[in-house]
Amino acid sequence: MSTEFRSNVAHALKQDAVQTHLRTVVDRLRAHRQGALSDDAAFEQLRNRCEAIRADAIRRLPDLLEQFESNAQRNGIQVHWAETTLQANQIVLGIMQQHRATFLVKGKSMVSEEMGVNAFLQSHGIDCLETDLGEFIVQLADEKPAHIIVPAIHKKRREIARLIHGHFPGLPYNEDIETLAQSVRHFMRDKFRAAPVGLTGVNFMVAETGTLCLVENEGNGRLCSTLPPVHIAVTGIEKVIARLDDLPPLLNLLTRSATGQPITAYVNMINSPRRPDDKDGPDEVHLILLDNGRSRIAGDPELLETLHCIRCGACINHCPVYRQIGGHAYGTVIPGPIGAILEPQKQGFNAAAGELPQASTLCGACAEVCPVRIPIPAIINRLRWESVRKNQQSQNSRPVVPGAGSGRKPLEALIWKIWAWCCTHPGIYNRLTKLATRLRNRLPADMGVWTAVRKAPKPAQATLHEHLRTMNIDHE
Amino acid sequence: MNNRVVSEKPQAVYFYGTCLIDLFYPQAGIGAIELLRREGVSVIYPQSQTCCGQPAWNSGYRDEALAVARRQLALFPRPIPLVIPSASCAGMMKMHYPALFRDQSDEATALNVAGRVYELTAFLVDVLDIRLTDLGDPVSVVVHTSCSARRELGVGDKLHTLLRQLHNVEILEPENSAECCGFGGTFAVKQPEISAAMALDKAATVRATGAQRLVSQDCGCLMNIGDVIEKQNQVMPRQHIAELLWERTKN
Repeated sequence: MSTEFRSNVAHALKQDAVQTHLRTVVDRLRAHRQGALSDDAAFEQLRNRCEAIRADAIRRLPDLLEQFESNAQRNGIQVHWAETTLQANQIVLGIMQQHRATFLVKGKSMVSEEMGVNAFLQSHGIDCLETDLGEFIVQLADEKPAHIIVPAIHKKRREIARLIHGHFPGLPYNEDIETLAQSVRHFMRDKFRAAPVGLTGVNFMVAETGTLCLVENEGNGRLCSTLPPVHIAVTGIEKVIARLDDLPPLLNLLTRSATGQPITAYVNMINSPRRPDDKDGPDEVHLILLDNGRSRIAGDPELLETLHCIRCGACINHCPVYRQIGGHAYGTVIPGPIGAILEPQKQGFNAAAGELPQASTLCGACAEVCPVRIPIPAIINRLRWESVRKNQQSQNSRPVVPGAGSGRKPLEALIWKIWAWCCTHPGIYNRLTKLATRLRNRLPADMGVWTAVRKAPKPAQATLHEHLRTMNIDHE
Repeated sequence: MNNRVVSEKPQAVYFYGTCLIDLFYPQAGIGAIELLRREGVSVIYPQSQTCCGQPAWNSGYRDEALAVARRQLALFPRPIPLVIPSASCAGMMKMHYPALFRDQSDEATALNVAGRVYELTAFLVDVLDIRLTDLGDPVSVVVHTSCSARRELGVGDKLHTLLRQLHNVEILEPENSAECCGFGGTFAVKQPEISAAMALDKAATVRATGAQRLVSQDCGCLMNIGDVIEKQNQVMPRQHIAELLWERTKN
C-alpha cells in the first residue's frame, strides 16, 4: 500500500548523505540537552511545575484568553482572532494593505508556517523575508523547515555556503561559518531598517499582564518587533499561561530541552506599542490568535494534552523514526512525535497527515524527554483507534478528529477479526501454532521488506504449550 | 523503579508465556519456568493462554484487543503473581489493561490482574532476590534492553543485575543503546521501510561490540535484530535472558 507518507519515507531513506548528517546533528542536540540537566531531582521538580502550569492553562483556556485579550488591549495591543489559517492570512494582508506595505521582515514562527503566510502574501504581491538564519537558508533553498527549532537541520555547511553565494554573487565563496553569518547579517541590517512591517511568532502569552514573550538567539526577533513601525505577532491560542511567575520556569525548561541552553541570548517581553517616553518600538502591535482546530482538541479530556506542548523539539531530537527519515518526510509543518499527534488532529484522518500516528514504534523516547510530560505514545494509541474505529455515537455530533473511522480498511479489519477469533479459541490457536511449527521449513522465505534485510522468522520445532504438556507443571 | 507488590516470596505464580515465545522461542519460556521452580516457586501455566492482545491494541483495534485480553483475564483467578518473560507483554497487561478495560464490567478484574503482573527479570531480582552461580565457559554478550523494559516498566537494569552475577559473562553495551531496534510490533508491518532502516542501524551497533551472543528480555527485539544479523551471514546466537541464565546455572 503506497501512501504519500510511505513514498516520502522511501525518498528520505535514499538520501544517505542527508541521513548521516541528520544523525550527527540530532545526536549533538541530544548531548546538549543531557549536558544541561545536571541535577536530576531539580529537573524533575521543574518538569512537575511546568506540567502543572500548562495543564492549568489549557484547562482554563477560554477564561485565560479573555483575560489576556482585555489586558493586552488595555496595553494598546490590537488583538485579532482567526478561526482558520485563511482568516489569519487575510488579517495580515489587511494590515499590510492598510499601511500600503509591500514588504515585511519575519522572525521565526511555526504558526506562520502553519498559515503559509509567505506564499499567501506573495500571491498578493507582498514579499516576506525570513530573518532567522536557518529560516533564511530554507527560504533560499525554496524548501520548508525540517525541524521546529533548527529549520535547516538537513543542510550541510557546504550546501549552505553555495546557497548564500548564489544569493550574494558579489561575495567571494566561503565556507567559514562566522563569515557566512556576517554576510547575512550585513544584508539583513538594511532590510530591518527599510521594512514597514515585522512579523514574529510568540512563545508564551501572559494572561495577567497581557504580555507577549518571544525567545530567540539571533536578535532578529527583537529587530523584527522593534524596528519596523508595525509589529504583527501570530500565535496559536494554546500559548497562553496564567501568570508572569509561570514564565521563568517555562523558559528555563524550554531552552534546556531544546538546545541545552540555560537561557536564550534574547528574551523579548512585549507589552505594548511604543510609548511616548520609549526610545524605540513600533507604533502598532497586532496579535493574531489562530485557532485552526485547537479549541476542538481542547474539548477532549485526553487529546487536549497535545496542546500542553511548548515547542522545544526534544521529542523530535529523540525520536528514532525522525532520526531515520528527517522532517520533510512527515509532509507537515511540525514533524516528529509531536507532529504525528498534532497534525492529524488538526487536519483530520482523510489528509495525508492522517497516517502519521503510524510513524512510531511506541518506544516511548518522546514521552521520556517531553519537558511537560505529554503522553505522546498514549495519544498515538488513541489516534490509531480514532482512525479505524466504527460506530461513531451519533451522526449529529462532530467527531473529535475529522475523518474518524476513515482509516478502517475492510481487509485489515477482517484480519483483526480472524486474529481475535483465533486468540479467543485456544483450541484453534493451538492447532494453528502447532501447524506452523510442523511447516517451519516450508514457510515462505520472501516476506517483502521484512526479509529484504532480515532472514524470515522460523517457528520452533514445538510450541511452548506442547513442551510444557510433557513437563510436570500445573496447568489449572 | 521497584515493581514489587508482594512482600515475600510467593509459593506459586502464574506463568504467561506470550505468543511469540510460544511459537518461536519456547526455550525462553522453559528456562524461565526452570529458574522459578529452582527458587522453590511452583509454576502454574494455564494451557488456554494465547496472546495478551497488544498487537490489536497498538493498531487501534480495541474491540478485538478487548475480546482477546478478556479471555486471558479469566485464566488468573488466584491472588498470586503473574510472571511474564517479556517487558512488552507485561507492559501491555500492567500499563494498558487499565485503559483497555476502562468502564467495562470486568474493569475490577483487569485492575486486579494488572496489579499482579511482573516482568520476569524484575521478579527474579526484586521479589526472589535470586542468587546465581555461573557454571558456563567464558562468553561475551551484548545486551539489548527493550524499550518496554527501559521506559515503560522502568526495569531495564534488572537484566544487568542478573548478568553481573555470572562471573564468566562479559557484558557489552552497543553504542546508542537506548535507541529502539525498530520492531514495534505491527509497526514493522505498517512502516516496513523505516523499521528495516532502524533494524539495520541497531544490528550494526550490536555487531560492532564483537560479542559472541545477543541477549534481551524481549523476544520481539531478539527476532528483529537477530534475523538481520543472520541475513548478513554473521554468527551471533540470540538468547532470551531466561534461556541464558538457565543454561549457565543448571547443574
